[in-house]
Amino acid sequence: MNRILALALAGALAASTAEAKDTLSLGMVLEPPHLDPTAGAAAAIREVTYANLYEGLVRIDAEGKVRPALAASWSVSPDGLTYTFRLHRNVTFQDGSPFDCSTVAFSYGRALTPDSVNAQKGLFEPIRSVTCPDPHTAVVELKRPTASFLFGMGWGDAVMVSPRSIAADKTHPIGTGPFRFVRWVRGDHIVLERWPGYWGKKPALKEITFRFITDPNAAATAMLSGALDAFPNFPAPEVLARLRADAKLRVVVGTTEGKTVLALNEAKKPFDDIRVRRALAMAIDRKGLIEAAMSGYGVPIGSHYVPTDPGYVDLTGVYPYDPARARALLAEAGVRPGTQIAITLPPPAYARRGGEVIAAYLAQVGITAKLVPVEWAQWLDTVFAHGDYDATVISHTEPRDLDIYARRHYYFHYHSAAYRALWEQYQRTTDPKQADVLLGELQRKLAHDEPNVFLFALPKLGVWNAKLHGLWHNSPIPANDVTGVSWGK
Amino acid sequence: MTRLLLRRGVGLALTLLAASLVVFVVLGVLPGDPASLMLGTAARADTLAALRHQLGLDQPAPLRYLLWLGGFLRGDLGLSFTYHVPVAGLIGARAAVTVPLAVLAIALSTLVAIPLGTLAASRRGRAADTVLMAASQLGMAAPNFWLGFLLILLFSMQLGWLPGGGFPGWNHGAWAALKALLLPAVALALPQAAILARVTRAAVLETLDQDYVRTALAKGLSETAALWRHALPNALVAVVTVLGLQFGYLLAGTVIIENTFALPGLGRLLFQAVTQRDLPVVQDLVVLLAGSVVVVNFAVDVLYVWLDPRLAGGERR
Amino acid sequence: MKPGQAQLAAGGALALVLVGMAALSLVWTPYPAEAIDVAHRLAAPSAAHLLGTDPFGRDELSMLMVGARTSLAIALVAVLAGAGAGIPLGALAAALGKWPEQALMRAADLAFAFPALLTAVMIAALAGPGTTNAMLAIGIFNIPVFARITRAAAKSVLEREFVTAARAIGRGEVSVLLRHVLPNVAPQLLVQASIQFALAIVADAGLAYVGLGTQPPEPSWGRMLADAQTYVFDRPGLAIYPGLAVTLAVLGFNLLGDGLRDRLDPRLRGRD
Repeated sequence: MNRILALALAGALAASTAEAKDTLSLGMVLEPPHLDPTAGAAAAIREVTYANLYEGLVRIDAEGKVRPALAASWSVSPDGLTYTFRLHRNVTFQDGSPFDCSTVAFSYGRALTPDSVNAQKGLFEPIRSVTCPDPHTAVVELKRPTASFLFGMGWGDAVMVSPRSIAADKTHPIGTGPFRFVRWVRGDHIVLERWPGYWGKKPALKEITFRFITDPNAAATAMLSGALDAFPNFPAPEVLARLRADAKLRVVVGTTEGKTVLALNEAKKPFDDIRVRRALAMAIDRKGLIEAAMSGYGVPIGSHYVPTDPGYVDLTGVYPYDPARARALLAEAGVRPGTQIAITLPPPAYARRGGEVIAAYLAQVGITAKLVPVEWAQWLDTVFAHGDYDATVISHTEPRDLDIYARRHYYFHYHSAAYRALWEQYQRTTDPKQADVLLGELQRKLAHDEPNVFLFALPKLGVWNAKLHGLWHNSPIPANDVTGVSWGK
Repeated sequence: MTRLLLRRGVGLALTLLAASLVVFVVLGVLPGDPASLMLGTAARADTLAALRHQLGLDQPAPLRYLLWLGGFLRGDLGLSFTYHVPVAGLIGARAAVTVPLAVLAIALSTLVAIPLGTLAASRRGRAADTVLMAASQLGMAAPNFWLGFLLILLFSMQLGWLPGGGFPGWNHGAWAALKALLLPAVALALPQAAILARVTRAAVLETLDQDYVRTALAKGLSETAALWRHALPNALVAVVTVLGLQFGYLLAGTVIIENTFALPGLGRLLFQAVTQRDLPVVQDLVVLLAGSVVVVNFAVDVLYVWLDPRLAGGERR
Repeated sequence: MKPGQAQLAAGGALALVLVGMAALSLVWTPYPAEAIDVAHRLAAPSAAHLLGTDPFGRDELSMLMVGARTSLAIALVAVLAGAGAGIPLGALAAALGKWPEQALMRAADLAFAFPALLTAVMIAALAGPGTTNAMLAIGIFNIPVFARITRAAAKSVLEREFVTAARAIGRGEVSVLLRHVLPNVAPQLLVQASIQFALAIVADAGLAYVGLGTQPPEPSWGRMLADAQTYVFDRPGLAIYPGLAVTLAVLGFNLLGDGLRDRLDPRLRGRD
């Protein structure tokens, strides 16, 4: 009772001061290791810096579309090999160093040098050269047409960095964005503030504090007490009901690019048999899995593609939940009841909990699953690098990564000449309509072959103060873009 | 005495050296490559090699150990792989949470335990004694992380009096920081207090049973005076000794409690550094933590010898 | 009443209930402890599920029963391993004296310098978390505990007249250790073993709580506690029962240790 009264009072106080508010306290689960997105894969680096501190030539917006950023506009030659970017003028970095075409040449060139530690070096690999006809025009020549090139240049890994500050960007980042770095109390928070010298539209917020809170209960308490204004990627779906009950908070369930799959090692028996893979797909009730492991949040998927991406085809009906049919298929494939498989589980809750539920479903069709929990370092080493596993629960969070099934060496060892040909055809396509058709065919081919059991798309569980506007509902790429965020009444 | 201390000191240094080598070897064979962890699933072979070179991981292991040892002895703890800042600073900042937490827990536990233990001793066999000793049995049995959770449930979630996790930092005022440390300190202190209360009670009873105290009591010394003059000083020595022996448990408890309360202390740094394969941080931290246990044990030994010089002779044999 | 009888009775009763629950779980639990039932997740206590169900719809009581088994097995192996390695080492150190004694005791210092948690963190990173590794970590931590006690006790026994006499009539060191020293230190070791057993139960729960111990689907009290924390508003009981189970188990073995001490070792007898 007291608590309700206190909350009501707090609410009243907040209402009276809301008009003046221009700061934001935003919660994140993981702390970034450093703040240079061109030298590390951690999503948390982007969740602090993307669009806020650093900018690229183009950017990805809340809907996953490519938009102009430091390039005001661009054109692509008919053969898809030459991209001409027209750059904004009067742009400087936060330390005063200039931005022009030479910065583009430096940033892209740096990602390709032999000692580059860019986590997405592959994005830059198609680049043949960057030339500067004048300081405000950048011409990028490609080695071959690459449909996904422009989207890739909108990622955090492709932001513009200044040669003058790059050495210290990890701890004292300098970008061209509307917010500049203030301080970092490691293990606790990072503060950014509005930078008056920004070339574009000034953001409404004056100061943002990113707070790192791992524990879901602590995160919920901080949201309820008003210590935090927003938690755009809330870690525990089971706690959301408690937050929904509070009228001053808004819970927004959006989508991410996370394709959660039960990845299977096709280099091993019995997973090389398509009947076994289909049987596994029919043995797992995705609805039940989402209910038990994700408290009901998450959307089933039937291929390696999420519903919000262009060209999505709903293939969730291809392998409906049917344990009897699964048992029959297994018997047909010669997999005896009592067969043991090991499921390797990385640390996130979706994997650990999902693994427990999947093991229970598999037990119903006569497969005994041994759960092997591992740390990320081990997962990367044993599963990803060395392919030493039977099955693993994993969410592929990179956007639109249908290409991984076309690779010759990838940890699930799917080899299909037909799929590879389709992918190459898609990469060469410059016509958007044709591209959508091909995307559909790629998804269908995967659903047909079921190299992995496609489970569900990870949701983006956002919680924020109901007066806050402009936070992303979906998560097409890892980011907490607060440039358009403001407090309403 | 000096010779004994000197010899124990050398032994201590050798123990620490061996500990650091053990840790280095274990870290060397841990599965998982720090570089691939930092660059993720899209990383290419050439990128990984470049990063390994940057981190110095392409050097032979014995050389890396000697370089680390040389730096450590000069007080240079190296650079964190993950954060790219000096390890010393990281550890210092986290120690500013863990050390006050441990001190607060020790202070709370002794402040509660000594009066209660003395009370139980002076009421030996009566109701107060029985109740206190039963309570101490319960206190010793409850795991501190569970106590911590119950405290959060009651004082943070239900009553909303105290924060249930997180740490505002000392620059937001000592009061806010202390408030954040209060519940975890209580959770740590309760089982500790239960043990110390029993120790105090036993030590007080033992003193009161000594012939010289009995004689003094017979000659008209009041029970209270006997307590203050003879029993309590004795009990304090026992408490300090047990605290020293319990130091390892307290350290482990702190690490777990930091998890429950989301406190950015040394324990969380250790867990994080292990999962992120931040090898310099793990190496330094484990050696420092193990070192602190060894040093505290050594201090207890010294205290013993100082209190009872006969033991020095016993050691020399 | 004989000394320590109340503690022995209470501790014995608690331990018996615990062992009984664990033994029963070998042949019967209300439900299979690992059976998931999504339709009945987070059910409140009822006749069907006496303590309700967890977030996966598993029966909480069945999990607690099997969890008792896990907990006891880990504690037992850890204490036996610690005693099995620590007692001979401590006795050997006392008997040999000189530099071997010094070396063994410094090695014990080294092992003691790593709290069980540090060892567990390392072992888990090395070989993955799990039941065996929890046993190993706690067992390693127990070695120096037993080694130190045995050495100290053995040294004091070795100085007594009857040992000097045994040596005088030509008994070898090993024979002296087995015939005279061990029987004399046995009560103290038994008491210590029951205390270490209680400590091992807490340590196991702690390791499982931070994810370094027993892994799913095998039930474990510590992990049940950790898993229940975020569901505390739906079902607070889920975070209460496992903690209570740990507390009662530890209480039982602590009382047993106290009672044994009072009964077996008059010098250490408490005054209550």
